[in-house]
Amino acid sequence: MRLITHNMLSCNIKGVANGFPLKIEAESVIEKEVDFNPDFLRHMFAKIEWKALVEAARSLGYSELPEDSPAAAAEDESLLKKLHHALLELHLEEGALVCPETGRRFPVTRGIPNMLLHEDEV
Amino acid sequence: MSEKPPPEIADIMRVSSHREVYEPCDDSFALVDALLADQTNLLNHNPNLCMEIGCGSGYVITSLILLLKPKLPNNNVHYLATDTNPLAARVTTETLEAHGVEADVICTDIASCLETRLAGSVDVIVVNPPYVPTPEYEVGMEGIASAWAGGENGRSVIDRMLPVVDRLLSEKGWFYLVTLTSNYPSEICLMMRKRGYAWRIMVQRSTEEENLVILKFWRDRDEESLEKEASSSASFASEFSRSLSSFMEKQQR
Repeated sequence: MRLITHNMLSCNIKGVANGFPLKIEAESVIEKEVDFNPDFLRHMFAKIEWKALVEAARSLGYSELPEDSPAAAAEDESLLKKLHHALLELHLEEGALVCPETGRRFPVTRGIPNMLLHEDEV
Repeated sequence: MSEKPPPEIADIMRVSSHREVYEPCDDSFALVDALLADQTNLLNHNPNLCMEIGCGSGYVITSLILLLKPKLPNNNVHYLATDTNPLAARVTTETLEAHGVEADVICTDIASCLETRLAGSVDVIVVNPPYVPTPEYEVGMEGIASAWAGGENGRSVIDRMLPVVDRLLSEKGWFYLVTLTSNYPSEICLMMRKRGYAWRIMVQRSTEEENLVILKFWRDRDEESLEKEASSSASFASEFSRSLSSFMEKQQR
């Protein structure tokens, strides 16, 4: 799972109000190179929760993203390249996602988060 | 020796499998045929976010990626695939890998962990749902049964999916759905019509066991026609059967 997807996931246990962003416990992270495409990044930039991405990237060992959401990201190529790396090239292979409200752990195995809920959580 | 053109859809020999995961079958092929028939439109549609709900073996999502790839390389589109069966999620990643394409696979019920953040964002959703009419208690069982058990009229899961799909689709979003005639697809179209969608039949195919109808939906907020059509479900059902028979006639020619 890449961080672009992590930025779209939330914990949907019944009654949970703030199930986003899920904290990452990383055991194994891999990198796969992807061709740089600034147009796609500009489009996605609007949908990304910046703080969640910065925190997620940091938990995968990548700390190059600026703390605050950059105002002029669309024109800043060096920033877009960092965004590209964080969103599309880092893969969480093994570990867990943790609900910020309940502490419930969702395991990530072979890159697949298991977000299935137990019967009493639905 | 001339180089072979890149494959446009998934290669059945490279689709991974597991005894608890539904293998590509007539319904999967019909859905991919619908996507192929719409390939030019899909390329012009220029989606940024595509998603398959219930990805099973991964045959359909892999085919979707491959058929968009010539014009929309992988880094133009983000692909997501979900399945409630963890084994299916794993088999899908193996199928994707075997074809050298990339999608993020998530194990979840329909799209429940994505609904909040992805509302109004998905440009293409494809679904081959569990549509086989079964006793209600078989719905949601673990393993391969989750791939086919559809409850009364095969509609239990489909009817739960429609509001989710409506929530996820972007303004320009398209939705492709596999149904059987025994699912009463005209009712499904009417339910989507009431949510503001137009529909058309993409593929109709009769096999020994099933009468398959692949539907496509898109938003069409023509309030006047919406009111008129929704006012009478009987006339809507007859409009649907007219469309189906004219589609079948065209096919025979």
